[in-house]
Amino acid sequence: MDLEYGARYEAFRTQVRDFVAEHRPTRPLRLADGKRQERIAWLSLQIEHGYWARTIPREYGGYGAEPDLLETVIMDEEFNKAGVSRGMNAQGPSMLVPTLLSHGSEEQRRRWIGPTLRGEVLWCQGYSEPGAGSDLASLQTRATEDGDDFVINGQKIWTTTADRAEMCFILVRTEPDAGKHAGISYILLPMDTSGIEVQPLRTMSGGIGESSFNQVFFTDVRVPKANVVGKRGEGWKVANTTLAHERNSLNANAEGKLMRLARLMERETLGGVPAMASPIYRDRLMKLQARVLSMKHHGMRMLTCSLKGESLGVAGLVVKLQNCQLNFDMAALAIDAMGELGVLYDHTKYERERGYWQAHSMLSLGLIIGGGTAQIQKNIIAERGLGLPREPKPKQA
Amino acid sequence: MDFALSEDQLLLEETLRSFLADRVPIERVRELREKACPNDRALWSALAELGITGILVPEAQGGSGLALLDAALVSQALGHAVTPTPFLASAVMVPTALAAAGGGASESWLAGIAGGELVFGVAVTELFSVREGAGVSLEAGALHGKAMMAIDACGADLLLVAVDEDTLCVVKTDSTGLEMTRLTTVDATRCTAEVLFDGATPEAVFEGVGSGIARMLDAGRIALAADILGACEAMVEQAVAYAKQRKQFDRVIGSFQAVKHMCSEMIAEVEPGRSLLWYAAHSFDALPEEAPLMACHVLAHTSEIAREIASVSTQVHGGIGWTDEQNLHFWFKRIGNARHLLGGPEALRQRAAELQGFAATA
Repeated sequence: MDLEYGARYEAFRTQVRDFVAEHRPTRPLRLADGKRQERIAWLSLQIEHGYWARTIPREYGGYGAEPDLLETVIMDEEFNKAGVSRGMNAQGPSMLVPTLLSHGSEEQRRRWIGPTLRGEVLWCQGYSEPGAGSDLASLQTRATEDGDDFVINGQKIWTTTADRAEMCFILVRTEPDAGKHAGISYILLPMDTSGIEVQPLRTMSGGIGESSFNQVFFTDVRVPKANVVGKRGEGWKVANTTLAHERNSLNANAEGKLMRLARLMERETLGGVPAMASPIYRDRLMKLQARVLSMKHHGMRMLTCSLKGESLGVAGLVVKLQNCQLNFDMAALAIDAMGELGVLYDHTKYERERGYWQAHSMLSLGLIIGGGTAQIQKNIIAERGLGLPREPKPKQA
Repeated sequence: MDFALSEDQLLLEETLRSFLADRVPIERVRELREKACPNDRALWSALAELGITGILVPEAQGGSGLALLDAALVSQALGHAVTPTPFLASAVMVPTALAAAGGGASESWLAGIAGGELVFGVAVTELFSVREGAGVSLEAGALHGKAMMAIDACGADLLLVAVDEDTLCVVKTDSTGLEMTRLTTVDATRCTAEVLFDGATPEAVFEGVGSGIARMLDAGRIALAADILGACEAMVEQAVAYAKQRKQFDRVIGSFQAVKHMCSEMIAEVEPGRSLLWYAAHSFDALPEEAPLMACHVLAHTSEIAREIASVSTQVHGGIGWTDEQNLHFWFKRIGNARHLLGGPEALRQRAAELQGFAATA
């Protein structure tokens, strides 16, 4: 057991830290803050130095380094510590780019990957539908052939940033006679095509937080057949590359959040006494700290497995379930520690930390559901991790 | 960066687990529970031959001189097999304390532990919980008073007694002025005793060993957490195996989501629990300034997840899980007894808060 990263990596860490310190004062700290041109310039500079798109091949607009997990961890740690966004946390870079690298044509890769990484093109993901949530493969939005085009009709929901995106990667049913999973195609669709209507979907958090959700309606929307990624009818397989990616990417700086919660409990008073001085609240904090430490070191164990190229097994399958619930439970304690003021919201008088903990509570709940609900996660853990049998298919009436 | 068990550690784990499966199967545990003390001396000698009893004893005294993480893996295997042994007291707590205390007598006792000839119990409960007027004092070189819930004490040759937070004594269990009574607990696989002192003369007195006592408690807590986690693993394995073969409503019950989710929730606690245990045990030797906090957290957290797992695993088995014949209760009771052996979760979390300045020190 060796918890040191070693001299070569520590030198890399120094490089990253210096770069962040140099640019922190003049660049947009969080990408949501900056103007578009500033964002593009900052992302381009990060790519040039290899701190973003590090392992994406140069011919597609990346930096072209060999994959090295520890370098990624170090970059994330240093940018996080300084409160600066590394790259762009959006569905284009995190989901579309890996999909195109695995399944896209040469032309698609050259055209889309670079602009996506530099923030020149913003993407939204057209997967979920009102009738297709956990059972995503039952999606009904259809695309019918017409000459060299597909014509799309249907509806998508939970479409993050659809109101701002230039492009959408969408799953549609192109082969209505094929089976549930076999009839789906993965298509790249410009959002300015006529027949697309975007309606904002107001969530329980009332807009405080990072994402804007939408519903998108498609009426006779034309898209060239050449925009299909991979083969026609193989969209389920294509999409699964990135669904697996999504489940791994939902991590959080839990230790930082716990310390923020501890500071809050030292400041807030209940009946004139700091929440931290109450054994009841303090005991809850200590319970959470043990869970945070457990997930932190579990992350180190998973990282080690990945570095060695070993399968994470069942230990990897529990990460999303645990981290999401832990975030929700931390927010719950923070809200309770503020007593009756914990419910204040929307930047009202007496509100603490600009409503962070209430918003965090609701967003955490959203993440318990999103990207595979907790219950679906438990099915996956039981079936793939423990080898329990699948639910028998109901007999057709 | 390598946060994983080494090849040697994996081999140790595998060797010991197959030894225990062969030598102390559950039928043997059933026999041992009928004895006055379940700690079998022949088994202790066999463990000595494997280098287990002296795992923390320095090589100079004939031990293996390994780290607490290695001892934790042993403890985990013992919990997994619900094996009755004095490992916690004799092989973890006492060697840690004696190594800190030093001296010729300590060295010969350490050699005795490594050789498997000596078994120690520990009477230290009064350091963190005083009940029923318990408390031991040292007056004019003789021990007086009462120690309760002394761990692994009834079959032991010697007893390590905490007089206060800075003072330890070693006393022979057959000394004049020492009377020991086993206190029956729910767990027949671990012995606990009340020890009454009426002028017993200790073999040795170690004064000013406060930091050694603290290290002994940390080591004990981490090893006990490992024992509990091993028991949890066994309970999850048994629940999953049962859910795969038991049929109701014409289906194996493991195909019902309700049962699947019970199993998933258990493993979702066990796996991160294992990561926490590795880190806590690693910190004891490599990052000693973190060890006191980690020891509190790992034992409190493992005790909490274990209580739930002990209940849920039994529920997956349904009625049969509640019978003596099914054996599951051995693990349930091992977990239940361990919960308060070296400080219960509430007390440990209070200590964790004190260590970070979140609460005033009592």
